[in-house]
Amino acid sequence: MELNKITVLREGINSTFQDLGRSNFYHIGLPFSGAMDKRNYLIANKLVGNKYNEAVIEFAYQGPLIKIEDGNINFAISGDIKFNIKKNGKLITGDCYKNYNLSKNDEVDIISTNNSVYGYFAVSGGFDLKKNFGSFSTHVRSNVGANNGNKIQKGEKFFIKDFNDKHANKNLKYMNSKIEYIRILKGTNFDYFFEQSIKEFTSKEFLVTKLSDRMGMRLEGPKIKNLKETNIRSEGLIKGVIQVPADGNPIIMLSDHGTIGGYPKIGVVISADYDRLVQIPPSKKIKFKLIELKEAEKLYKLYQMETENLLSQI
Amino acid sequence: MIKNISNLGDAALYCDFGNDIDQKTNIKVIKYFENINKKNIDGITNLTPSYNKLIISFDLNVVNFTELKKKIEDIEISESYIRQDQKIIKIPTCCDDEFALDIERLSLKLNLTKKEILENYLNKEYFCYMTGFIAGMPFLGDIDKKIRLERLETPRVKVPKGAVGITEQFTNIYTFESPGGWNILGSTPIKIFDQKNEKQPILINPGDRVLFYEINKKEYFKINGIK
Repeated sequence: MELNKITVLREGINSTFQDLGRSNFYHIGLPFSGAMDKRNYLIANKLVGNKYNEAVIEFAYQGPLIKIEDGNINFAISGDIKFNIKKNGKLITGDCYKNYNLSKNDEVDIISTNNSVYGYFAVSGGFDLKKNFGSFSTHVRSNVGANNGNKIQKGEKFFIKDFNDKHANKNLKYMNSKIEYIRILKGTNFDYFFEQSIKEFTSKEFLVTKLSDRMGMRLEGPKIKNLKETNIRSEGLIKGVIQVPADGNPIIMLSDHGTIGGYPKIGVVISADYDRLVQIPPSKKIKFKLIELKEAEKLYKLYQMETENLLSQI
Repeated sequence: MIKNISNLGDAALYCDFGNDIDQKTNIKVIKYFENINKKNIDGITNLTPSYNKLIISFDLNVVNFTELKKKIEDIEISESYIRQDQKIIKIPTCCDDEFALDIERLSLKLNLTKKEILENYLNKEYFCYMTGFIAGMPFLGDIDKKIRLERLETPRVKVPKGAVGITEQFTNIYTFESPGGWNILGSTPIKIFDQKNEKQPILINPGDRVLFYEINKKEYFKINGIK
């Protein structure tokens, strides 16, 4: 049997294996993890004919340089990504949302994300990996998940389970929509803050700082002033929670967040806006808009329908 | 027994058991956690018990806040709940100067000698309120009133793996290298979180009883070597 194998010639930034995430382990301190931008993750898998929970390579800002060591692969890249393909020694500019066949010695060079953070590299058949706590998703901080819980590194080789190209020529016409403001619901400690601060929080711009990663997004803007207490008794967190520590700079909890935290929660990002939130790169500014629960639920349904509609076009 | 259920975002229930931090309140939280966990309710993706709160995360594709809130309000909580394993978990701890990073600060601020601090801390039974923040980290208490101190003003960027720390009425173990602001008074060489053991990955669970006993450096490195 022919073995389909890839080698990582350059690891890129924060390249990890991710899937839909890991349920039911918050109580032992393991976060949900999983692909940050779920919509793009699902599209990547669908483009290569995989099941929706197959592991893909997620990268940030710059992706890996991958060489086909042996056999053949069929792959697709989703996100807003600049990449090149070297096929039979010829250089081709790659298109996202389209799948390609490659053979031994061909290469994919994922150069950068355009005005966004995350991208996804999926191969038809999926990578041959081991699940850990029910999921492939890598949580580097606790060494949990595929690849022994580590980031993908230069020189590593991975096998593809079973190559097939019956999905070749599938593609999707899709533009990643930018978002004007991030919609939020009131947090459980909303009343801990000065009225003036709340006004500023929901109307002024906040800068996404470089201290942002899969764990959290640190913001800078008008200082959010606390009128009660700058610490609360430690309690559970979920992704999307916006905590405000004593320095007044909000931090949004993202997919690899610590499961317990002790800062007041001013707000929570609605589920419908999460995929677009995580794609906002450092040095960009964001604005928040406060909405009600019922509206958030409706917006989520709409967003889901849109995602399903996109998937059905593939 | 839950005082109030509100929403945390659009995909989680925030169950409030009051503001007290004591074993009585915490055991109520743990009881709810265990009961809900056993029932495998459709749509629930995660449960996070803490001192006096329980957060229930759910899949918004399956259920919504109003529906799940009703379910949790109507849930029957079995009172016959008894922890099966009541043995005390003993944690070997080396408090040599090399590991007791904040012992001098503690000594100065508490006006106690190093020996007095350790005498007040070691060989006492502590209760596990919750686990989390990082995988397997136990939040234990309550430590003696004489050795209570607030967090470091500037948290460490890196607290070493295995570090044993105290703050206020609590003590914990850093199961991974992590940022943190607790006062470090020792280190344990044993594994508290084992990602290879999926059935029982954590050594200390909420409701467990834990005791720290002192080992010397030689014993520390001996256990560390075979870990």
